[in-house]
Amino acid sequence: MNPDYRLYHPKWHRRRIPIFWWLGKRSYIRFIARELTSVFVAYCAVLLLLQTWMLGRGEAAYARFSEWLASPPLVGFHLLTLLAVVFHTVTWLGLAPTALVISVRGRRVPSRAVLLAHYAAWAVASGVVAWALLGGS
Amino acid sequence: MDSITLEVSRYRPEEENEPSWQDYEVPFRKDWMVLDALNHVKDHLDGTLSYRWACRMGVCGSCGMMVNGEPVLTCATYLETCAPGPIRVEPLRGFPVIRDLVGDLTDFLEKLERVKPWIVRDKERSLDEGEYRQTPEELAEYKQYSMCINCMLCYAACPIYELEPEFVGPAAIALAQRYNLDSRDDGRAARMDVLARQDGIWACTFVGECSAVCPKNVDPAGAIQRYKLEAATDWVKAMVLPWRKR
Repeated sequence: MNPDYRLYHPKWHRRRIPIFWWLGKRSYIRFIARELTSVFVAYCAVLLLLQTWMLGRGEAAYARFSEWLASPPLVGFHLLTLLAVVFHTVTWLGLAPTALVISVRGRRVPSRAVLLAHYAAWAVASGVVAWALLGGS
Repeated sequence: MDSITLEVSRYRPEEENEPSWQDYEVPFRKDWMVLDALNHVKDHLDGTLSYRWACRMGVCGSCGMMVNGEPVLTCATYLETCAPGPIRVEPLRGFPVIRDLVGDLTDFLEKLERVKPWIVRDKERSLDEGEYRQTPEELAEYKQYSMCINCMLCYAACPIYELEPEFVGPAAIALAQRYNLDSRDDGRAARMDVLARQDGIWACTFVGECSAVCPKNVDPAGAIQRYKLEAATDWVKAMVLPWRKR
């Protein structure tokens, strides 16, 4: 703020921002949901690291860990995690066309094509992972 | 319906410490905008009401206010779309209120200057060499961002700007991008120094509301995300090819 201005208007008002400011609008709720679901994305990365670590400790340790993962509460939590991660991915990919402005021969590639390319890349990556996990050869 | 109620936020710093609401009953006319209703209040009901306006045709960007919680140009918002009312009119969020519906925009003007919103040339051409010509394609590159009228609706819609006032903000970044994409400009690196910082592009968490409320379809959110991509690419290039000139 310009201090000279403050001299003559010492009492401008700035509103206090409520903690739940984001509840006032659907787009803000969606934004906060997208941000919060990133915690589940981080959880997936940690889980993968734990699995790798257990694998390094031997077959028995990995089997015990897998058994623990198969317990009903964890399966339930992982279903919730899956939903959260899918929501995060879909909303994240939805933003990609805004950030990626690609021109081919002087013409801008339509947003829809950029979006579809991202979904295609997602499908291919998932396919490769599934193929590796399901023992493809 | 003959009339509609305007609930207007009043703030008279010489009289009160907090804003208060004042109701005005104004004629309900189908061809009236919210700004026409405010002008009716000013002319016929209460001459002490303060607000900004100028062109009345969506060009000057002066009459931006919160109407029923949404940042809009009041000269482009029909009373009819807000019927049956009451219609809540508040100053734009994110800016300190000087009086009634008038916010202090000094912060934006200081930030705008920081991003050098003008054509920066490494070397000026002499007059003999003629004008700086552009092809229609080169014009199209930045034209969208040049439509910004500094109405501040994007700042009022951005929760990040209100939560972290040091954020440079959507319009200033979109205008920086407008000059970066101009084929006549050489100021990209200087602007990147100002914007590739925590209070610049990286403060934006891509809520996207700035683009949703923009009355000129400037898409500041898109400009910021493109900027992030460029900054990240620059960083990688600087790491891999440190001898390369920016």
